Amino acid sequence: MTLMQEFTKGLWKEMPPFRLVLGLCPTLAVTTSAENGIGMGVAVVFVLTLSNILVSMMRHIIPKAVRIACFIVIAASLVVSLELLMQAYVYSLYEKLGIFVPLIVVNCIILGRAEAFAAKNGVAASIADGLGIGLGFTMALTFLGSLREILGNGTWFGMNLFGDAFEPFQIMVKAPGAFICLGLILAGMNCINRWQAHRTGTEPVSIGCQACGASCKSCQLQMAMPEDAKKGV
Amino acid sequence: MDILTIFVSAIFVNNILLSQFLGNCPYLGCSREKGVAVGMGAAVIFVTVVATLFTWLMQHYVLDPLKLGYLQTIVFIVVIAALVQFVEMFLKKMVPPLYRSLGIYLPLITTNCAVMGVALLMQRKGYDLVTSLLYAAGYSSGFLLALLLMAGIRERLDTCRLPKTMAGTPIALVMAGLMSLAFMAFKGMAQ
Repeated sequence: MTLMQEFTKGLWKEMPPFRLVLGLCPTLAVTTSAENGIGMGVAVVFVLTLSNILVSMMRHIIPKAVRIACFIVIAASLVVSLELLMQAYVYSLYEKLGIFVPLIVVNCIILGRAEAFAAKNGVAASIADGLGIGLGFTMALTFLGSLREILGNGTWFGMNLFGDAFEPFQIMVKAPGAFICLGLILAGMNCINRWQAHRTGTEPVSIGCQACGASCKSCQLQMAMPEDAKKGV
Repeated sequence: MDILTIFVSAIFVNNILLSQFLGNCPYLGCSREKGVAVGMGAAVIFVTVVATLFTWLMQHYVLDPLKLGYLQTIVFIVVIAALVQFVEMFLKKMVPPLYRSLGIYLPLITTNCAVMGVALLMQRKGYDLVTSLLYAAGYSSGFLLALLLMAGIRERLDTCRLPKTMAGTPIALVMAGLMSLAFMAFKGMAQ
């Protein structure tokens, strides 16, 4: 695959969390507004791209047995730098995202891409992959954040959209709204996949593990998969 | 604050999964059968309490005196990862029956954000050691409760006829949303 393809696959074909169901916790928690969604997305782009670069450069040095621990330490060091940068330049955003900034360390996207891609590919390809997947994640979070902010608060990026007469669905910016919105979006993605498959006469791509490529040993979703799907990975 | 208030607050009002969004991956992954849900939940309770103990001690006796607060994230994740590894080896050697029932869940817990999330929350809220441990036990019991309820619902869902687009993850998330709605009714019982 060319660099361009590595980059663009993250924008739709392997877009987390809508196609690869990874990194759900920040997706659900911080998307109460479009602005928070973008902020979290950019933070993940930063960590993901740099961690991909470092993992890719060190892929011949890291022993296979302790690779997960190494990836976690690399991600943790990057998250510490990110925290210091955010405290210095965008403190209000840092406060709003709360514990979800340090929790980027245990975000499955970072570990998943390190293991599935950066540990097997060169530096240039890993940068393209990190930027693409990160940007896809940012877009997904901004989309979900916009949806919840518009319905739940009647605003978009703080702009009032409907005037005073609009009675917002308060539930959308609270916890249940996050789960239901994401569930319906995933159902929509399934619908699109099935329609595409029907048009081209192929098997529909199911959402989730097939596109991931990381080892299931480090993944919490592994028990969600039927046995035969695991063998393919 | 008395113990009962802490537990009500941690299990029902601020349920870690349904109102704080921590630990969603195992929630979707391990809620297919009740047995798996109980195994995962028990492993999370165990590791969360021990991890909170060690991270609290680390924060107050190493990081704070040396003014290394900014290293919190990296220190916590290394402590948790080492701890999980150690617990796994200890159980394997000393308590084989327990290892057989919890063993397969342990490696997954390192990257479970509920464990790290609780450890971080305790530091942000500034609780003392005993309160922190009680909250850790409460939060992780809430996780077990949510996982178990969800497993019960999903075992029923398997026999239902669903639209193909909703089957699997989408319906699980919508169910989680409805459960979260139900848990909102506990607001007002405790802080």
